[in-house]
Amino acid sequence: MNQVNSNTLELQELGQVVIRFAGDSGDGMQLTGNQFTRTAAQSGNDVMTLPDFPSEIRAPAGTVSGVSGFQIQFGNKVVNTPGDYPDVLIAMNPAALKVNIKDVKRDGFILLDRDAFTEKNIQKAGYTVDPLSDEALLNRMTYQAPITSQTLRALEGFDMPKKAKERCKNFFTLGILFWIYDQPSIHTEEWLKKKFAKKPSIAEANIKTLKEGMIYAQNASMFQAQFKVPQAPVKKGTYKSLTGNQATALGLIAASERAGLKMFLGSYPITPATDILHEIVKYKRFGVKTVQCEDEIAGICATLGGAYAGAFAVTTTSGPGVALKSEALGLAVITELPMVIVNVQRGGPSTGLPTKTEQADLLQAMYGRNGEAPIPIVAAKSPSDCFDQAIEASRLALKYMTPVFLLTDGYLGNGSEAFKIPRVEDLPDLTTTHRTDPENFKSYSRDPKTLARDWVKPGTPGMAHRIGSLEKDRETGCVSHDPENHNYMVRTRQAKVDGIANDIPELEIYGDQEGGDILIMGWGSTFGAIRNSVDKYRVEGKSVSQAHFTHLCPFPKNTLEVMKKFKTVVIAEMNLGQLHKMIQATYAHKAIALTKIQGKPFTEAEIAVVVDELL
Amino acid sequence: MNTQAKKYTKKDFVSNQEVKWCSGCGDFSILSQTQKVLSEIGRPPEEITFVSGIGCSSRFTYYMDTYGFHTIHGRALAVATGVKTQNPDLSVWVAFGDGDGMSIGGNHFIHTIRRNLDIVCIMMDNRIYGLTKGQYSPTSLRDQITKTSPFGKLEAPMDPVAMALSSGATFVARSTDRNPKHLNEVLHKAYQHKGFSFVHVLQNCVIFNDGCHEPYVGKEKADNTLMLKDGQPMIFGKENDKAIVRDGFDPKVVNVADVDASEILVHDENSSSQGQSYFLAQMSEGKFPMPMGVIRQVEEPTYDGAYTEQIAEITAKQGQGDLQELLDSGDTWTVE
Repeated sequence: MNQVNSNTLELQELGQVVIRFAGDSGDGMQLTGNQFTRTAAQSGNDVMTLPDFPSEIRAPAGTVSGVSGFQIQFGNKVVNTPGDYPDVLIAMNPAALKVNIKDVKRDGFILLDRDAFTEKNIQKAGYTVDPLSDEALLNRMTYQAPITSQTLRALEGFDMPKKAKERCKNFFTLGILFWIYDQPSIHTEEWLKKKFAKKPSIAEANIKTLKEGMIYAQNASMFQAQFKVPQAPVKKGTYKSLTGNQATALGLIAASERAGLKMFLGSYPITPATDILHEIVKYKRFGVKTVQCEDEIAGICATLGGAYAGAFAVTTTSGPGVALKSEALGLAVITELPMVIVNVQRGGPSTGLPTKTEQADLLQAMYGRNGEAPIPIVAAKSPSDCFDQAIEASRLALKYMTPVFLLTDGYLGNGSEAFKIPRVEDLPDLTTTHRTDPENFKSYSRDPKTLARDWVKPGTPGMAHRIGSLEKDRETGCVSHDPENHNYMVRTRQAKVDGIANDIPELEIYGDQEGGDILIMGWGSTFGAIRNSVDKYRVEGKSVSQAHFTHLCPFPKNTLEVMKKFKTVVIAEMNLGQLHKMIQATYAHKAIALTKIQGKPFTEAEIAVVVDELL
Repeated sequence: MNTQAKKYTKKDFVSNQEVKWCSGCGDFSILSQTQKVLSEIGRPPEEITFVSGIGCSSRFTYYMDTYGFHTIHGRALAVATGVKTQNPDLSVWVAFGDGDGMSIGGNHFIHTIRRNLDIVCIMMDNRIYGLTKGQYSPTSLRDQITKTSPFGKLEAPMDPVAMALSSGATFVARSTDRNPKHLNEVLHKAYQHKGFSFVHVLQNCVIFNDGCHEPYVGKEKADNTLMLKDGQPMIFGKENDKAIVRDGFDPKVVNVADVDASEILVHDENSSSQGQSYFLAQMSEGKFPMPMGVIRQVEEPTYDGAYTEQIAEITAKQGQGDLQELLDSGDTWTVE
């Protein structure tokens, strides 16, 4: 096998690079992007990624609706987002070029598969002229590589059908990129060998193609330079790359183990949440029970049944599923059973934009039930933070005997970043026991401090009791329609949730601790974009700070105090101002709503449009 | 089990709650038989969990001195799925009505049966919505006059037994509120069956649909019901003079005297073929006697049982889960 020798060109150092891989949804762009990410991370760069796939599984090949994308930002310092605009676009066909070219930075470049620019494909993409012959159209530095034909040539000796050989072209592309960014191919080679352990010829073909891509990049004299992104100052430790959904799954299983309870997950497939179910079903050796139910309602009802039977209970879904589950959420509130409801938010209303991201289910989580039915809300701010917040949501659920919402979104769920693997003993201790002492037991007896009711599993001798959806007497737990009792129970359930404010971290200020001009507040996945913006302003010496919520119900106790320190508060979120409404309603403190609702995360520029005006 | 059986009386299963059904409601008899059957079974009350939905009959859970979860409309079976799957050692019973089971919760009925969850499911069918005061239900008859069908119901009724059978139920039986002895036997068999045991109970609503099952429970019941007994010919009538024979794929009522004894169908409740049970399911529409008793009982893997086995197999193969090992697994890299 030829060894790639890269000492002929000088290496140029770069800080951060954003690459977008785009091709037909069958072209393997997600896989290619993931392989590049793993390698960059293993080379010591900080990474964050975001896939962008069409909601159709296999939209008509070659059309713009079938284009699948994957974006990675890797860098020599902390990377907070997958990047706004790509420095590099990989376009495997004309449609991929057409969809993505407008996003490529002016000084960026495009690498495309020349062989895919046939008259037919150009037409399918909706171009009237060949974009490669139209400089005005292309308008960026473009490298036209014969990727498909070189792939076929590389595999000449292989006994495979032509179609199968063509499918290896994404590895040729990856090889080119590895060469350009001076990354080793070894991690991908090992991955291929493991993945195709039973079909070594496929692994061999892909490895050959990958290496040929690297050789091609070196020999074609096409590229003026090779680039090196130095290592980021990443904390010592062992890492792996996780998507937000994987991190959520891992956080939930960790919570169950730390609670000493078996986990029960009732769920129904829904984009973009299903990957959590995909992960958790693998954990049956932990005694986890997952039930793929007949519908969303059964998903949460089975979960409640599991909670009643004593399990650490979880249900996973997205907005439309939460809508269906809302009556059962009320049942969870009135029966005071612990449960985590994960909502991986997507664009709404209704079916909306299933594969796109949005934060428009905050008010649904807050208020979307009949009656007074408060539910604590926790939100994750980055893919790996999904792990920590899954544990935090679980902690609150078990300690306070309440359903708890964990809000993530499609951007977090599908995006990935390096996850620092913790030691189990460093994770919060969530040890939870069921009451077994029948002495003075009443079904609604409460812990005086947390107001949590006792959790008694069916099967416990001497404590048989009934719970249910009808209001219960505060003492006996029997059905009660007494007005005074109802008043007491409603206020007690609210007080229990409100009291959680004493048990959560305060809202932290990033920036001017004593206050300043502008405070940008947000929650959930907008964290990275806001952080980047704030950093940029601060480098310019401007007084712009950040405060980001992970707890949205109840709010941290010092919320008003923090807001009062700043002349102007801006609340940036991917909806029409839902946190803004909650802040107004709770504190009547003036704030400016900075909203975006395009199924896409904020860019720094979009934040600047508003903030620049205020400075 | 017999020595245990002496330990409990019916009173051990009666909660301290005042029963608030209307005087004369058929639910009283069903509740009473259920409490009696449980005392006869002899399992401690704490091992038994009742789950119910919404409606008159779903108040059942509050009246049982066992564990109980009164849920929301239509969802009893979905909640029971979680309870039983999580703790297969519990004896889980669902008590609900025709509105809960056939209408708003119809989807859960189909799928819980399909899973063969090992529970007992008692449907109290009074062919009416009682708690909302008299609207037609999925089992109300065509042309029935109710508050929401003052000119007659336009829809055909749904047959819970046929629905259960077509969903693959492994135990299907029918009884009535007016025949406590029969109901007692059926409930015992339902408890003993390993798998989803569906008991369809014809129940009277004294206020909104009084007498709706009169042909099957009143004076003429002998002519209008077929009391199924395993291994016995299908003979019915006050004088035991009528029988069921096969006419192509359909049932036919004949006089015993007019046919050869070998032509009379013999009930085989354990038949693994669905042919006989579907055949019997056709007989709930007026022109035939309504079959009573165990219509079908077959052994198939239960969901909760299979789940326990699968976890045991996986654990035997992969070893008990270790959280640190899980966290450390996969493609990792170390930053020194």
